[in-house]
Amino acid sequence: MSAEAASYRDGMRAVLAIAATVLFFGASFGLLARSSGLGIAAPLVMSATTFAGSAQFAVASILGASGGAAAAIAAAVLLNARYVPISISVASLFHGRRLRRLAEAQLIVDESWAISSRGGGRFDRRLLIGAGVILYVAWVTGTAVGVAGGAALGDPKDIGLDGAFPALFLALLVPQLVDRTARMAALLGAVIAFALIPFTPPGTPIVAASAACLLGLRRRRAPNERRTRA
Amino acid sequence: MTAWLVVVVVGAATIAFKAAGPVVLGRRRLPDRVAGPVALLAPVLLAALVVTQTVGGDNELVFDARLAGVAAGAAAIAVRAPLPAVVIVAAAATALTRLVT
Repeated sequence: MSAEAASYRDGMRAVLAIAATVLFFGASFGLLARSSGLGIAAPLVMSATTFAGSAQFAVASILGASGGAAAAIAAAVLLNARYVPISISVASLFHGRRLRRLAEAQLIVDESWAISSRGGGRFDRRLLIGAGVILYVAWVTGTAVGVAGGAALGDPKDIGLDGAFPALFLALLVPQLVDRTARMAALLGAVIAFALIPFTPPGTPIVAASAACLLGLRRRRAPNERRTRA
Repeated sequence: MTAWLVVVVVGAATIAFKAAGPVVLGRRRLPDRVAGPVALLAPVLLAALVVTQTVGGDNELVFDARLAGVAAGAAAIAVRAPLPAVVIVAAAATALTRLVT
């Protein structure tokens, strides 16, 4: 078996473990949304269209606390703004008609994107799409279970799922730290996010952290730039 | 009615965000100047996600059982445990810590 096929299989195995977690979180979103008065259809439509856990949890809890539509929209839009840089990083994997690219792009979610990363800015299309489809089904199915009355499932925090996600992202981060620039940028991003958490609405720290990418400007200096200076 | 307004607006915005790269940028190659920073997006955003998911709260830093989960996950990563094992170890450590504190 080729190394590529092996890594593909490893990726799918990893996705299944994450899908189980996502299924559970989907159920707890459905449950929370229903108890927040969003009804049955709205949470399902939201999971099928927005497909981004943190923003959906933010919406459900803000509306549940009578926070109003504007606050809920602002929080969710800020949280999901990170998909602009994320989708730019994988743009070259998508081809075909505009409508097909639009549809496939919806499978981009933190977990599918992170799993498909091969380091050094490269990504695996099959892993991104494959993981995206599995996670999408898990998320929507979980939501349906939740709105249908998933109270029996209990709180995902009781089985520590909220501590599993940061560990997952850490595991996916480590192979990315291939050189000094990547390590410096990751550290700077972490510091920016940490510093902003107390002062900005959720979502903003992640978006602001992407400024750390500017360290990458030093790596390639345009040849003509040096010539004009000499 | 409020719920549907939020669902539609947030859904439309998210669909547009996710389409930004694949639809707007497409397969055009990024200019060299931009390619350097874009290659760093994965490590930077992953690092930020680790931080916000570990200690992020509602406009405050929250240090709770998640820290133990991430520490246990880090130990599992250090001994080269496979990804599903890292996730399970982290969840178990978080749940146990929450149980005893």
